[in-house]
Amino acid sequence: MEDEKKPLLEVTELKQYFKVSRKYEVKAVDGVSFRIYPGETYGLVGESGSGKSTIGRSLIRLYKPTSGEVKFQGVTISGSLNREETKHLRTKMQMIFQDPMACLNPRKKVLDIVAQGLDIHGMYKTKEEREEKVYNILRMVGLSKEHASRYPHQFSGGQRQRIGIARALIMDPDLIIADEAISALDVSIQAQVVNLMKEIQAQTGSAILFIAHDLSMVKYISDRIGVLHLGHLVETGTTEEIFGNPIHPYTKSLLSAIPQPDPNGEKKRVALSYDCKEMGIDYNAATSHFIGGQHYVLGTKEEIEKWNKKV
Amino acid sequence: MNKEKILSIRDLSISFMTTAGEANAIRGVKLDLYKGETLAIVGESGSGKSVTVKAIMGILSGNGSVKEGTIDFTYERNGETVHQDLLKLTKKEMRRRINGKRIAMVFQDPMTSLNPTMTIGKQIMEGMRCHYKTPKKEAYEKAVSLLSLVGITEPEKRMKCYPHQLSGGMRQRVVIAIALSCDPEVLICDEPTTALDVTIQAKILELIKEIQDRTGISVIYITHDLGVVAKVADYVAVMYAGKIVEKGLAEEVFYDPRHPYTWGLLSAMPDLNTSDEALYTIPGSPYNLMGKGKGDAFADRNAFALNIDYRMEPPMFQVTDTHYAATWLLHENAPEVGMPDALKNRISRMRKEA
Repeated sequence: MEDEKKPLLEVTELKQYFKVSRKYEVKAVDGVSFRIYPGETYGLVGESGSGKSTIGRSLIRLYKPTSGEVKFQGVTISGSLNREETKHLRTKMQMIFQDPMACLNPRKKVLDIVAQGLDIHGMYKTKEEREEKVYNILRMVGLSKEHASRYPHQFSGGQRQRIGIARALIMDPDLIIADEAISALDVSIQAQVVNLMKEIQAQTGSAILFIAHDLSMVKYISDRIGVLHLGHLVETGTTEEIFGNPIHPYTKSLLSAIPQPDPNGEKKRVALSYDCKEMGIDYNAATSHFIGGQHYVLGTKEEIEKWNKKV
Repeated sequence: MNKEKILSIRDLSISFMTTAGEANAIRGVKLDLYKGETLAIVGESGSGKSVTVKAIMGILSGNGSVKEGTIDFTYERNGETVHQDLLKLTKKEMRRRINGKRIAMVFQDPMTSLNPTMTIGKQIMEGMRCHYKTPKKEAYEKAVSLLSLVGITEPEKRMKCYPHQLSGGMRQRVVIAIALSCDPEVLICDEPTTALDVTIQAKILELIKEIQDRTGISVIYITHDLGVVAKVADYVAVMYAGKIVEKGLAEEVFYDPRHPYTWGLLSAMPDLNTSDEALYTIPGSPYNLMGKGKGDAFADRNAFALNIDYRMEPPMFQVTDTHYAATWLLHENAPEVGMPDALKNRISRMRKEA
């Protein structure tokens, strides 16, 4: 069934290096491949420095990828872009940022912040139409018309994140990249925003690339998950495959570290440790292995056999 | 059950003068900390959990003032037991006698709580040299052993490192080593792992627990992550809008929560078995501390609010000897209201597993 569906986004061997000095280069993302299908949520998890945010930013072309191919709706967007391609990318792919305080212009009213995309791409004919569009989107994210004439500092953190979401939604995107969109929020507000994102996805059918380090949230919202470590995608598969049958030791250690609201179980549990140097795992020598379904694990043949045996 | 009380906070009220008026950040907090135990204070931002511990440390910001209340600290000096109300001490006395020496604190962000111009060895030795006039050599040896205690390999080599040469998790370990350097009676951890990843978070929490087992210090945790609380706490206090709304042993609060706000917090956090329905949310946004309205601060966001919630603030009702909750639902005339079904199912499932 999966073969019939055309992927919305196809990332092949994406590499993103940053030159620090003449001799030294940081390999933030080192050969990552994955696909996102229309209407699904793909969760990217990993520790800080694993390159998950970099991937999001390379995809939306805040960075120029060092090598590799990114295809978005059949159009290659990893190379240099002409005007039309840029416009296609800038409208159909949108991003929600981590810090709702820092990503909104404090000197603009919410109306103008949300309408900025419309302004740039000239997507309205009259002023009324512009306002109407903004009001509709604000209603969709649970804000009212009156909020449009206020400034960002007059809102709480959760409301600000809603404005960020509204700004992304107004372009009617096919793919939303949510880069740690809920990490800066309180627990009770996190749940509100996550529910909102799910609701919106059900309404508009857009796909979401959900980047986060909170695994329980990722599990809750994602259809498929990719686990990143040191710029390599070590394991990917559907949520059930990853959580039900984790193969890679790094995934296992991540799963074992999630705190649960259960004092008795929690006090007994000890998190597994993982150190790829100590365990002699070399990502560069490893290749992606098919496990079953949509489940792929990065490793050499011997390693995969060893990890499988332990299960 | 003869536990030694180390800290006891009574009727603490703190307010801040702001441009918009007076904000009552803490409104009558009552808390006890016993020797060798771990107390966790949970709540969302603005609930006053950080302000409470800042008051203990005497590091409230300039516009804050303590309206009333006492913080009694019991410690031993030269074999004698001393009782001291921390709020009566001047800032200078606090600095000399309490801060770092008796009560040490670990802050949220290890990046900003270390001095970038000093080697970490020097920073660990600083407190000992200052408070106890420890000879340099002795302090050095202790610093090395502290570094290995917090799980840093090759401690001698690391002593000469600067903070920027270490990773986030290592830095937080160094901060803990600094906090432990003067053998404090109480360790306060203000969101010690929020800035860290889950894997490192688990390691740091296990480390603090291990140190506690070994040295017998009391720990106060401040966090909004209930999973962290479940892992470390003996005793839990849930704060909302400057008041403690529920407190009790960890098992009591997690398996038999009574306050609707605790229900909300617990249900809003998806566990790994949560199925695909919408997450439970606490409606509305956090309470505005400026307001001095009548009634329960949580009433507007409470789906189970009774009529009386809008008129009178609920007192603390006793559930068991150790478990208290401030909600009118526990009053004998209150209607029978149970926690949400999803939460009930989850708790019974956890109990079965345990």
